[in-house]
Amino acid sequence: MMQMQSWRKTLEFICIPLGAILAALFAFGIFCAFAGGNPFGVYYSIYRAAFGSWSAFQNTLIRASPLMLSALCTILPARLGLVIIGNEGAIVLGGLGAVAVGLAIQGGAPIIVQLGMALGGMAVGGLWIALVGILRHYRAVNETISSLLMNYIAIALLNQLVEGPMRDPSSLNKPSSYPIADVNMLGNLPGMRVHYGLLFGIIACILAYILIQRTTFGFAARMAGGNLRAAKIAGLPVGKLTIAICFLGGACAGLAGMVEVAAVHGRANISLNSNYGYGGVLVAFVARQNPLAAILVSIMLGGILASAGILQRSHGLPDATALVFQGLVFLSILYSDSLYGRFDFFKERAIATSEV
Amino acid sequence: MSSSSVIEKPLPPDLEAINLSKHFGTLVALDKVSLHLKPGSFHALLGENGAGKSTLVKCVMGFYQPTSGDVCVGKQSRGIKNPAAAHQLGIGMVYQHFTSVPAMTVAENLVLSRFEGSPLINWQQEREQLGAFMDTAPFHLPLERPVGELAAGEKQKLEILKQLYLKSRILILDEPTSVLTPDEADEVLGLLREEVTKGKLSVLMISHKFREVTAFADEVTVLRKGKLAGQGLVKELTIADMGAMMLGEAREVKSVAKTTLENPAPVLELRELGADKDNGLPALERINLTVNKGEIVGIAGVSGNGQKELVEVLCGQRSPTTGQVCVNGQPYQPTRKEMTKHQVYVLPEEPLQNACVPHMSVAENLALRTFDRPPQSKRGFLFLNVIRQMARALIETFSIRTPSAQTPVGNLSGGNVQRTVLARELSSETIQLLIVSNPCFGLDFSAVEYIHSQILAARNRGVAILLVSEDLDELLILADRLLVMSEGKLVYESAIADADIATIGHRMAGH
Repeated sequence: MMQMQSWRKTLEFICIPLGAILAALFAFGIFCAFAGGNPFGVYYSIYRAAFGSWSAFQNTLIRASPLMLSALCTILPARLGLVIIGNEGAIVLGGLGAVAVGLAIQGGAPIIVQLGMALGGMAVGGLWIALVGILRHYRAVNETISSLLMNYIAIALLNQLVEGPMRDPSSLNKPSSYPIADVNMLGNLPGMRVHYGLLFGIIACILAYILIQRTTFGFAARMAGGNLRAAKIAGLPVGKLTIAICFLGGACAGLAGMVEVAAVHGRANISLNSNYGYGGVLVAFVARQNPLAAILVSIMLGGILASAGILQRSHGLPDATALVFQGLVFLSILYSDSLYGRFDFFKERAIATSEV
Repeated sequence: MSSSSVIEKPLPPDLEAINLSKHFGTLVALDKVSLHLKPGSFHALLGENGAGKSTLVKCVMGFYQPTSGDVCVGKQSRGIKNPAAAHQLGIGMVYQHFTSVPAMTVAENLVLSRFEGSPLINWQQEREQLGAFMDTAPFHLPLERPVGELAAGEKQKLEILKQLYLKSRILILDEPTSVLTPDEADEVLGLLREEVTKGKLSVLMISHKFREVTAFADEVTVLRKGKLAGQGLVKELTIADMGAMMLGEAREVKSVAKTTLENPAPVLELRELGADKDNGLPALERINLTVNKGEIVGIAGVSGNGQKELVEVLCGQRSPTTGQVCVNGQPYQPTRKEMTKHQVYVLPEEPLQNACVPHMSVAENLALRTFDRPPQSKRGFLFLNVIRQMARALIETFSIRTPSAQTPVGNLSGGNVQRTVLARELSSETIQLLIVSNPCFGLDFSAVEYIHSQILAARNRGVAILLVSEDLDELLILADRLLVMSEGKLVYESAIADADIATIGHRMAGH
């Protein structure tokens, strides 16, 4: 009987987002037709650029990995009822922290340097978002606004440091920190062009799921997020939970910054500020704050991002067309949120055995 | 809209409720009650919580349709379908809580309160009319002040002004003074009394304060458990008469099987405990109280006299400002560690809002106290099947009616939510202290019976119980010792056998 119930619920969670994506594709097709493209040609191109070949899919995965980590910065605090959008700032500062540690211990064995960079990035990103949690808990500062504003501070801090104290004098056009030595860079997964960041992202999402669903910490966080008054009656340490979960979320985004530095850019500069933070917020909401769903949604968004170039080259559409598509997909998925529980087919069947 | 016709208006119309009944399912909230609000009189409606005062008034205002009976305005039967229809007949209601927009000015709030409205507002014209209205109004408020800057008394005046502005001739006030200081209350009611004496208004006021009734009302109607308990002219009745009508004379303390302990040891001790309300005013003033093992100490009182804050302090939802809580002789902080150590449990009022996470499952809600201890978890990891098994056992033992252990607790009925919390809080073998607040509010008869029996069973097992309730009958059935709380102080104490209902009534009313 319980199997039956969860079966219908699961189907609902699959059908509604799928329907939303189809609706978005339809709307996007109309947009392309008006812009002078052939909608079906465009659909095919997006598919080809995102998932059409192994090589294309690898491009998608490279873009998906920081999105997974970044999304966790919104997903984890969401369990406590917090809406945090400071992912961009945590990524930027995480990257900066990773470079600082990496350069400080660059003589060490590569694995130690990489570990140090990861810990450095996570610590800085974690503390940054923990600060949001502290402001929230002790001073009742709205966490959404404070985390948004802290993004600007983080980016300004990055600019200040890479143009000042951390600047490599040889970086002329784009002020950057000193580079990380090639031996210390994160390599690619065996047989792929995709770096280890993808593995980090998937593991982090799975760990986050276990943390939320299967640990006492996650249980306490869900309780406190669901009803603060009930949590207080149970004596749960709400302040500690708030700060801890913000730290963990920030640490994930910080790790995304470390991955960007240690696997892609090789140094800290303004390229770190490449909208993976805001992308992560979108992923979190589309995945309905579920870390496992975030893996799939990240790959989908990664695919859309990867198809921007081809739309421009083969269809003569502006490359911002991919952003239009992204916007339509997210709008319709967010709208579809209001459809849960509206269809009788997905409703739990009344249990005939229970007496009235 | 002309505002010059101030003088020599005819008296407001009669308002009559005739044999009004309202049933909610099997619950009879109001049983054949009649009431006559004469033109130009001040009528008080007295009764305990749940006596049916609000139900009566809501039937008159058209929020509810009565099951049987009639509402007449101006000697004519009117089927009042909704509050807008009541307004058309000149009946306006002032609620217990403020309904103004704090960021807007007095003038803006008044204009906003009009039911019909043209899409454009001619502010110059409105201001002139409002100015003229204010000149004739019983109270004067600065039109350009934001409502957020007004004191509580002034806000309540604005609520009444709104009704006058809407040209209501019959005002229904639902405990209008519960958020006011005594001085503010006297001022507001005094000015209304003058309007009534001048024949401009009729007032029907819900209250449970005898002092206000004797000072301001002409007539009084008393309800008890949905029935008419008494009616008459205030000047012909004493406070004792009204108290007897409200609480019922023939109250006998029902005897329930109670065992007594040999040597009672104190479990909960409050020393000079103080706390503030949400608005920063003191709610509790230096409370001293002891609850012994195997004893139920009942706290009676009219709602809003500090009971809610007391319970919140004890269960960790509010910080005390002074004094100390001791459990088993040691200073007690409501942290999870100390709750477990001293085995303190709580049955708060409104369990769904206070003690449950509505969207989480019954099983998860049942595990709220125990999820971080073996066998439900080890080294920080939950064992979901153990949690589910334990939940099924509790659902069975406490007869919680739920489709499954996985159903969100918010989908259950009120009685079953209360059972869920009861199961969680009372299932511990080693429970020592239980804090209970209005455990049966809004529940039907059989649920009440069950919850009472569970509380008594806990007492007989040696649990120290503090029971805060607004239902005096409940306290008389359950408590061993009764205290009365009024304006944040404990003003009366007696063993249940010696409890004197008349005195309790006086103390509850602040005499």
